[in-house]
Amino acid sequence: MYPSDRRYTKDHEWVALSGSRGRVGITDYAQNQLGDVVFVELPEVGRTVTQGQSCGTIESVKAVSELYCPVSGKVVEVNGAVTLKPEVVNTDPHGTWLIVVELSNLKEVDNLLTSDQYADLVK
Amino acid sequence: MPVQRPDNFEQRHIGPDERQLPGMLRVIGVPSLDALVDAAIPGAIRLKRPLQLPPAEAEHDYLHRLRTVAARNQGFKSFIGMGYYGTITPSVILRNLFENPSWYTPYTPYQAEIAQGRLEALLNFQTMVRDLTAMDIATASLLDEATAAAEAMTLLHRVQPRQPSGSRDTFWVSENVFPQTLEVLRGRAEPLGITIQVGSPSAPQFGPEVYAAFVQSPDDHGAILNLRGFISTAHRANLLVAVATDLLSLTLIAPPGEMDADVVIGSAQRFGVPMGYGGPHAAFLATRERFVRQAPGRIIGVSVDAHGNLAYRMTLQTREQHIRREKATSNICTAQALLANIAGMYAVYHGPDGLASIASRVHELAGRLEHHLVGLGYRQANAAYFDTLLVEIPGGLGATTDRVRAAAERARMNFRYFPDGRIGIALDETTSAQDVGNIARVLAEAAAKRPPDSTIAASGPIPGEMARRTPFLAHPVFSAHRSETKMMRYLKALERKDVGLDQSMIPLGSCTMKLNAASEMIPVTWPEFSEAHPFAPVEQMQGYAQIIRELEEALAEITGFAAVSLQPNSGAQGELTGLIVIHAYHRSRGDVQRDVVLIPSSAHGTNPASAVMAGLKVVVVATDSHGNVDVGDLKAKAAQYRERLAALMVTYPSTHGVFEDAIQEICKVVHQAGGQVYMDGANMNAQVGLTSPAAIGADVCHLNLHKTFAIPHGGGGPGMGPIGVASHLAAFLPGHPVVRVGGPQAIHSVSAAPWGSASILLISYGYIRMLGAEGMTNATRYAILNANYIKRRLEAHYDVLYTRRNGTVAHEMIFDLRKFKPAGIDELDIAKRLMDYGFHAPTVSFPVAGTLMIEPTESESQEELDRFCDAMIAIRQEIQAVVDGKADPRDNVLKNAPHTAAAIAADDWPHPYSRNQAAFPLPYVKAGKFWPPVGRIDNAYGDRHLICTCPDTAEYAEAEP
Repeated sequence: MYPSDRRYTKDHEWVALSGSRGRVGITDYAQNQLGDVVFVELPEVGRTVTQGQSCGTIESVKAVSELYCPVSGKVVEVNGAVTLKPEVVNTDPHGTWLIVVELSNLKEVDNLLTSDQYADLVK
Repeated sequence: MPVQRPDNFEQRHIGPDERQLPGMLRVIGVPSLDALVDAAIPGAIRLKRPLQLPPAEAEHDYLHRLRTVAARNQGFKSFIGMGYYGTITPSVILRNLFENPSWYTPYTPYQAEIAQGRLEALLNFQTMVRDLTAMDIATASLLDEATAAAEAMTLLHRVQPRQPSGSRDTFWVSENVFPQTLEVLRGRAEPLGITIQVGSPSAPQFGPEVYAAFVQSPDDHGAILNLRGFISTAHRANLLVAVATDLLSLTLIAPPGEMDADVVIGSAQRFGVPMGYGGPHAAFLATRERFVRQAPGRIIGVSVDAHGNLAYRMTLQTREQHIRREKATSNICTAQALLANIAGMYAVYHGPDGLASIASRVHELAGRLEHHLVGLGYRQANAAYFDTLLVEIPGGLGATTDRVRAAAERARMNFRYFPDGRIGIALDETTSAQDVGNIARVLAEAAAKRPPDSTIAASGPIPGEMARRTPFLAHPVFSAHRSETKMMRYLKALERKDVGLDQSMIPLGSCTMKLNAASEMIPVTWPEFSEAHPFAPVEQMQGYAQIIRELEEALAEITGFAAVSLQPNSGAQGELTGLIVIHAYHRSRGDVQRDVVLIPSSAHGTNPASAVMAGLKVVVVATDSHGNVDVGDLKAKAAQYRERLAALMVTYPSTHGVFEDAIQEICKVVHQAGGQVYMDGANMNAQVGLTSPAAIGADVCHLNLHKTFAIPHGGGGPGMGPIGVASHLAAFLPGHPVVRVGGPQAIHSVSAAPWGSASILLISYGYIRMLGAEGMTNATRYAILNANYIKRRLEAHYDVLYTRRNGTVAHEMIFDLRKFKPAGIDELDIAKRLMDYGFHAPTVSFPVAGTLMIEPTESESQEELDRFCDAMIAIRQEIQAVVDGKADPRDNVLKNAPHTAAAIAADDWPHPYSRNQAAFPLPYVKAGKFWPPVGRIDNAYGDRHLICTCPDTAEYAEAEP
């Protein structure tokens, strides 16, 4: 269910690393709790983000959720396609990245949950 | 011995009759109504004596007496202006909308499938505002022009262009905005740390701390400004611009949207909504599409239903207080739907050319008056104007302001008198050529001259660069209903799509959908009340003065408090007012650091939203497993914030529908920590005559006059939220810059008008006078009876979430539906299925997600309660069929609800249940079946494809979701 190629937060985000860059998205559990996602607000490229701090919002019809950044660093890419078609967060949460962060501290990843730990958390 | 009228209003207001009472008590299992009330309400907080109020009046006697009160309002013709103008409510709109319970009794259109009529009407309003202002989108009304300005101020603060130096906090305001607007801005800015800087729009100086500028045109003097230069100067300085304007003038004058304004606000009052001594009226706010997610209050949008048909709904609700709580864009909940609908229909009825003709005529009459007064030797100081002249009296003329005023009052006219001696004269749709002649005669008399020749026609043209050149209201709806026959049918066609109290009980918990009696409503449109200008001299308005005085006294008696302010226009605004009063009290004692407000987790979303607007920090108090405030947690937090505690906000009886036993202890804990207790009066309907905010130990409360005191909900407003306060807070009640009201240390005004929406105070006044103390107390007792009756009838079928220890509920109760979730059935399915049974759903997922909250009110009869219970029980069986696997988990009567006539009559019927089961599930439904006009609405589609103006219906005929 939860791919093992990435790490997870207790706030239901994932980060998939490739080198010093991490793609960030939200989990299937998160999208299921939110319901139909209708709007995604993401930080602009170049913005500095901090692990555990809000860097955007995800809105469904009946709820709003903060996007807590799983890692610290600088935003180097933002998925514009998602802001235009937010329903992909529901249909393919683990295949849909929202932002790419250039990590400032690779060690932070050790603070995050493995896929097994996350699966336990949301069991 | 006096001869009593056989008709008494109490019997008309209360649903169950005396013959039904014993049977209902038997079902509940109590020996008497007194025994039930004793069981439901803790003895310690019961009132020790009956309310001391004037005796109840029979309906006819009340209306007869009110005629004599009305006659004490002297009907001087108003030329005061200042945002309030005479207007002609087209009779077809007066009769079929304004005075029609099908339009004024429904609730805010949360249940969109059975609210398509008023949603379409509100979309007309949004489209009209969008077109006239030339902006991108408009919202579905705000409370008044001054609070709309405050909402613009905070909206622009949130969206201000980011500077490296951080947030800018100064809002620049033109010195020529209406005084009541400036006053409300000051009051709303202060708690948020926003500085108001007042300046001249002709030579604005914007410092680096200014984030936005606010200017008005036509301005306070009536002058039209060319805003192009002002707005581009502001934009070059990297700040945003809000403009206050007059909708009618925009048919002739280039709209602010074409000059690149970022927000445009104003009042739609003069579009057919009477002045009403201050309200209610619909204010508007229009902005750019990129700011829509920061816009306050309701926005109506377009979506599709389950069949792919066009359908309307409230869109982008995640901005609002009921979802985002302390992070909401505003605390606004109740708006002015009924009045927005009147204004929208006024535009539909007159069309673009009709509106332009009305505006041109007013402008021409103003030109004629200018010609006359200049001929008499007066000066007119507005270089360009729409309908308002600024009159100066040259030294040698012999006239004085006092002489003009004396002559005007002899002729039963009110002008506006500026402190510097200048005179404002504002004309409107009701002004006749004869009125212009009469004004000229007054001015002639004051100057001891002969009246001018009244046949001269003249009009100062609107300067070419300021004239409107673009079309507006091009959508077909603004040309399709121009005859009275068509308009009547359009209004009726829309009303038939909606469920109001004229159709069936609306069991909305927390909303108190009680009877809005005709005798309470009728005086609202009497001209003595409806045509009164809020700033007319008080001595001319002794009828209103009497009603205001008597209503304040009655509400003080009912709450047990020392003083009342009638200014707040909604419950949420009452909350904000009460919190600012509390803050002012603390500050007066040197307690400037008290900035924490404790709010139970079960509170209504307006509580945290209002607290933030009052500049306070929200700390949430836990709820225990019985749904009560967790007193241990409260004590811990009161101790933790001992130095900073400003207030507790608590609803009583609780939002869970229970009279909490610990309420007095709760209030004591807060007081001992130096805090004040704010009681949210949303559930006051369960208190009146039996207990009171003062009796439980509160210091302030608001009263939703549109819940407990019979003002109709209007499909989403109007409302009124007066506050009552204990004696130590009375000094701080809000003031007003034009009319003397409030305490000696008054906080800034919270509304544009001194007594809020004064004309609808008549409804609550009538309720109190016709029921009297005993009748109102009985209303409370029967509200508790009806709620406990429903609880007893349904508790074998649904789980009641919270009760008192003895099993009683107050005036409402929550049914927990979460156990059906594994079977795929949720609270929305039940809400939508109730539509097939002819009922509006109870409150959905408040205050607990996955539940329904039911409040029957005292006005519903046992027959109606039984019909509702029968429907709920039948639906429970339908749920069970799904749970047991006897019905398809996806294709069942619940998931496919509501069923439209078109779906039932379609040649293709693909469902595993019968058409009869879908549409006529109980025998009573057959008689007078209400057909939901659309199927289940796709909420996500509407939020993802934002359309907030009248759609091209042809496009939707072919559209697929």
